[in-house]
Amino acid sequence: MQEKIALTGNEAMALAMKQINPDVVAAYPITPATEIVQIFSDYVSNGLVKTEFVTVESEHSAMSATLGASASGVRAMTATSSQGLAFMWEVLYIAASYQLPIVMPVVNRALSGPINIHGDHSDTMGARDSGWLQIYSENTQEAYDNLIQAVRIAEHPDVLLPTMVMMDGFIISHAMENLEILSDQDVQKFVGEFKHHRPALLDLDNPITVGPLALYDYYMEFKRQQAEAMRTCKPVILQVAQEYAELTGRKYGLYEGYKLDDADLAIVVLSSTAGTAKVVVDELREQGVKAGLLKLRVFRPFPYEELAQALSGRKAIAVLDRADGFSAFGGALFNEIRSAMYDVKDRPLIVDYIFGLGGRDVNLDHIRKVYADLAEIAKTGQAAQLVSYLGVRE
Amino acid sequence: MANLKQLSQQEEFFTPGHRMCAGCVAPVVVRQVSMAAGDTPVVIANATGCLEVASTIFPYTAWRAPWIHNAFENASATLSGVETAYRALKKQGKIDKKVKFIAFGGDGGTYDIGFQSLSGAMERGHDIVYICYDNGAYMNTGIQRSSATPQFADTTTSPAGSVIPGKIQWRKDLTAIMAAHNVPYVAQVAPSHFNDLITKVQKAIAVDGPAFINAMAPCPRGWRYDTREGIEMTRLAVETCYWPLYEVEDGQWKLTYKPREKKPLTEWIKKQGRFRHLFTDENKELLEQFQQRVDEEWEKLLRRCGEM
Ligand SMILES: Cc1ncc(C[n+]2csc(CCOP(=O)(O)OP(=O)(O)O)c2C)c(N)n1
Repeated sequence: MQEKIALTGNEAMALAMKQINPDVVAAYPITPATEIVQIFSDYVSNGLVKTEFVTVESEHSAMSATLGASASGVRAMTATSSQGLAFMWEVLYIAASYQLPIVMPVVNRALSGPINIHGDHSDTMGARDSGWLQIYSENTQEAYDNLIQAVRIAEHPDVLLPTMVMMDGFIISHAMENLEILSDQDVQKFVGEFKHHRPALLDLDNPITVGPLALYDYYMEFKRQQAEAMRTCKPVILQVAQEYAELTGRKYGLYEGYKLDDADLAIVVLSSTAGTAKVVVDELREQGVKAGLLKLRVFRPFPYEELAQALSGRKAIAVLDRADGFSAFGGALFNEIRSAMYDVKDRPLIVDYIFGLGGRDVNLDHIRKVYADLAEIAKTGQAAQLVSYLGVRE
Repeated sequence: MANLKQLSQQEEFFTPGHRMCAGCVAPVVVRQVSMAAGDTPVVIANATGCLEVASTIFPYTAWRAPWIHNAFENASATLSGVETAYRALKKQGKIDKKVKFIAFGGDGGTYDIGFQSLSGAMERGHDIVYICYDNGAYMNTGIQRSSATPQFADTTTSPAGSVIPGKIQWRKDLTAIMAAHNVPYVAQVAPSHFNDLITKVQKAIAVDGPAFINAMAPCPRGWRYDTREGIEMTRLAVETCYWPLYEVEDGQWKLTYKPREKKPLTEWIKKQGRFRHLFTDENKELLEQFQQRVDEEWEKLLRRCGEM
């Protein structure tokens, strides 16, 4: 049974957390994710969850305590944004290395400096190689659905990797949207009772050492196993998506193609901007332009084979990066998409647009301009500029 | 308390075979803590540092109890997560044993980089016994000064030179700072006075809530003493009143050991290479200054403990 209600992104994430009902949550406030923990602490105070809530003194401690709880053999969660995620950075890697199935909503916000509170992807792009799965959401519904699925994915014995679920700060976190929600019981049934598939620290009869020192004689095998877990989790993500579709009717994949199959011109983008781009795609289609869109949902693991397949046959592709890479060669999404396309026969021209930094608005005209550029690139077979910036004073 | 002979017959949670240096007193502290814990099931968190790296070189471990290392500055936060998971399981009826949670951190991981994490965990009231093995510098990275390093000590980042005579600042009084957290139990200990140490750890374990214990744990490499003299180093630190033994129980300060005759500070520092530069004619004044500050701190403590 599903119910249709109107919630903000933060309310939807907090609700999903309540329905997941983790054993331990340790969290710290930061705009725009603060509300998630605020609402959640209300659930705790009113006995609506079984969760033990730890009001830590920093995000570093939030991730450290979450790690400690998870290693103990319970379901543990936290939530954050931006500087908070940056502050967790050291421990993110350790959680992934210990293969702990922590699930964390991240409300995307620009990293300082200058300090800014609005949405861009510099925070989670900075953590892209930390060993966490990364799932991006377009809207409130997806944020809710992705968080629930993330628990099953992270805790699957073939995966056992921490997972972060993203939505755009303010644009989604603070916007009220209609969505369909499941009953508490259905979510409980879907995520299931927590099982720890590894020895747990709190198994007192079988004491284990968690986090030993591994030098050049073993470190690499630890890392190889971790890489293997990341490499093999795609089928699990799809399997969980299928079960979720059976429950809700909402289908998820590694990415979503929108009028992509026969498109000549394609934009690749993450999160809420996909919604804006879809409007432009519809518009262009009416004008007879073969425009399409690929919205990437799962950025880690990076589904390079599926993306190469979905994007081959396009004439020109624009990747929209909501975080600069400061490599002087565009954003991370651009670089990885280009790399994925390297083996494609007659590969299309691919350009990058850095956009929306610090919450800078991206509107229909910006997207129209990108498609117009792509039409020109497809026509001339040449891109004037490989990497450019959208909507900036230069 | 049982006598040392009886205590030494118990199974300890820290086993031989670890790779701490000869003459290092940190393992002695850990073993005495283990003796104090006795049969109480414990879960241990360890901050990065000598004790951690030298006791868990994969695929080996020196720990018989459940043990976790996360990073350098977050043993307290990590253990607060473990302790919270325990409470969650207990509430759900999935665990019934009474378990104690013990953190070990060096002075760097406790006084400095881990200070916030420690303060937070203490303030939140987790049922944790935090034990700082204070060897007075960052030993694992090669003897750099910490806020626990004694004034004038020669370390690799406060080298005694022709212009600057070692570390300039007085050490941070972490034990008093922890007492100011108003946690149920705080104590300062030295393994030379094992009876005192074990009694205090047992009190800390018996407390329902956070406890902090600061244990002096000399390092032969950093302090430059003869490896046989590790325990003598803490004995002299206590006898000279550089490292007084006291406890703060529910806000009550109490001196637990008063030297019959306070020894001059030089008896302790002359045995340590890190203070060698103080024994020159031009640094005579520093030596006097050092003794004077120790006297002042000692008197301050006596007043706090109602002994003066
Ligand atoms: C964030 C971070 N900074 C620095 C280090 C390097 N480091 C490892 S151990 C250590 C010193 C530890 O000193 P202390 O806590 O006094 O313990 P000891 O080594 O003396 O036992 C340092 C600086 C680290 N591991 N992590």
